[in-house]
Amino acid sequence: MFIITSNDYIREDGRSFDQLRSLKIKSGVLKRADGSAYLEVGGNKILASVYGPRESFIRRLLKPNTGVIRCRYNMAPFSVDDRKRPGPDRRSTEISKITADALRPALLLEDYPMSMIDVSIEIIEAEGGTRCAGITAAAVALADAGIPMRDIVVGCAAGKVDGEIVLDLSEKEDKDGQSDVPIAILPRTNEVTLLQSDGKLTEEEFTKAIDLAIKGCHEISKIQKDALTAKMRDNS
Amino acid sequence: MNIIPEITRESITHLINDEKRGDRRDLSQYRDIQIETDVISKAEGSSRVKLGDTQVIVGVKPSIGTPFSDTPNVGVLMTNAEVLPMADPNFEPGPPNEDSVELARVVDRVIRESEMVDLEKLSIVNGEKVWMIFIDLHVIDYDGNLFDAATLAVASALLNTKLPKITITNDKINIDNESKEDLILKNKVSMSTFVKIGNKMVLDPSLEEEDILDARLSIGVTEAGEICTMQKGGEKPLLKEDIIESVKIAISKSKELIKKYDEIS
Repeated sequence: MFIITSNDYIREDGRSFDQLRSLKIKSGVLKRADGSAYLEVGGNKILASVYGPRESFIRRLLKPNTGVIRCRYNMAPFSVDDRKRPGPDRRSTEISKITADALRPALLLEDYPMSMIDVSIEIIEAEGGTRCAGITAAAVALADAGIPMRDIVVGCAAGKVDGEIVLDLSEKEDKDGQSDVPIAILPRTNEVTLLQSDGKLTEEEFTKAIDLAIKGCHEISKIQKDALTAKMRDNS
Repeated sequence: MNIIPEITRESITHLINDEKRGDRRDLSQYRDIQIETDVISKAEGSSRVKLGDTQVIVGVKPSIGTPFSDTPNVGVLMTNAEVLPMADPNFEPGPPNEDSVELARVVDRVIRESEMVDLEKLSIVNGEKVWMIFIDLHVIDYDGNLFDAATLAVASALLNTKLPKITITNDKINIDNESKEDLILKNKVSMSTFVKIGNKMVLDPSLEEEDILDARLSIGVTEAGEICTMQKGGEKPLLKEDIIESVKIAISKSKELIKKYDEIS
């Protein structure tokens, strides 16, 4: 199903067009949270935690017919070159919203009326592609929390750099590149739960980018599952 | 919990599965679009757009400021959206919620990524002074599909924007409010929003369709037919086929939408 032609283009950091940055995921890294995960990809360092499903004291957010998921994406002030002012800004508000939308299709929220799942994503260090990496980490944390799910959501971006469609843009590629297409999918069905696009692409380039990003998602999906089984092995 | 959408969900979904809509439109047909510009004389650029019964007003105000340190010779563009409590019985006053932040950011992106405004031409004194263009978007009547209405309104207002002439004598900046020149633009852009209801992608959702949507997809397209922005929303996933089909429709619809800018008197 993937129409990805081979290509010997070598990127600035030595990667081929369809190569991910080195990626490590560890699940169950926090004691108090119901579920947690730590993820490193390229220079990104990301923590995700999950609490719930639980009753929330913010009663107005609860729904009588379904559970709700709430996400908070936050960048640490020291995670970027110029100190980021702490607290939510417009970018993190938007990413929090689309992260909740990206994770929700995997959850069986209809089984948890009047309860809430709280997902918190903390960017300790940022180096391009934090929203996808945050979703990938949060999905592992949800599984680590033992929350039943249809699938483990996974995120990855593709984009256009120097006129080439490439996978998993680094910070520099994101800055110098022409466009960026972050997606998240349910890997069993390839259904798309997050899709954004930034920068100019033709229809053909866009199709190429989304195919490449889906391929990247499947590679990351394996690493997510390895992280979850590794924790089980360590505990037994 | 909103009860009405739960009751109407089934009938609207049935209609759409038969390729019909409550207001008798085709699945990929826009509602009536009306664009009016120069509606605020104190603003340097302005517009009022009606998309069906959805109504937004945009004002553009420039001011002179210092550029960002990483882009010293480039002007600044800022988009802000206010979803006013008058626009819907459920909208509350107060700081922007995540929906209006998303609206502002997506509209900001579609204008920025299309490179509609020639930001490099907004530099006044290299590295020190640039024009900052503030785009303020007010939603005054909400009947669905704010993204497309807002993009039409912002683009029309920019096409209508005139900046005061600037002269520099002895390192002093003189603003001549008497003679004005057009804001320099290098592209035009439109946005098309689809919602997935049942198994169909539906263009330009009305409020009752938006209330029951499974997923939403907004696609920004430039005059040359390139995709420059995309944003998915909604609680359910999309299939790749849904996305590709919508991209094709968005590219063909953008010609129709961009033509509207030329029709503004």
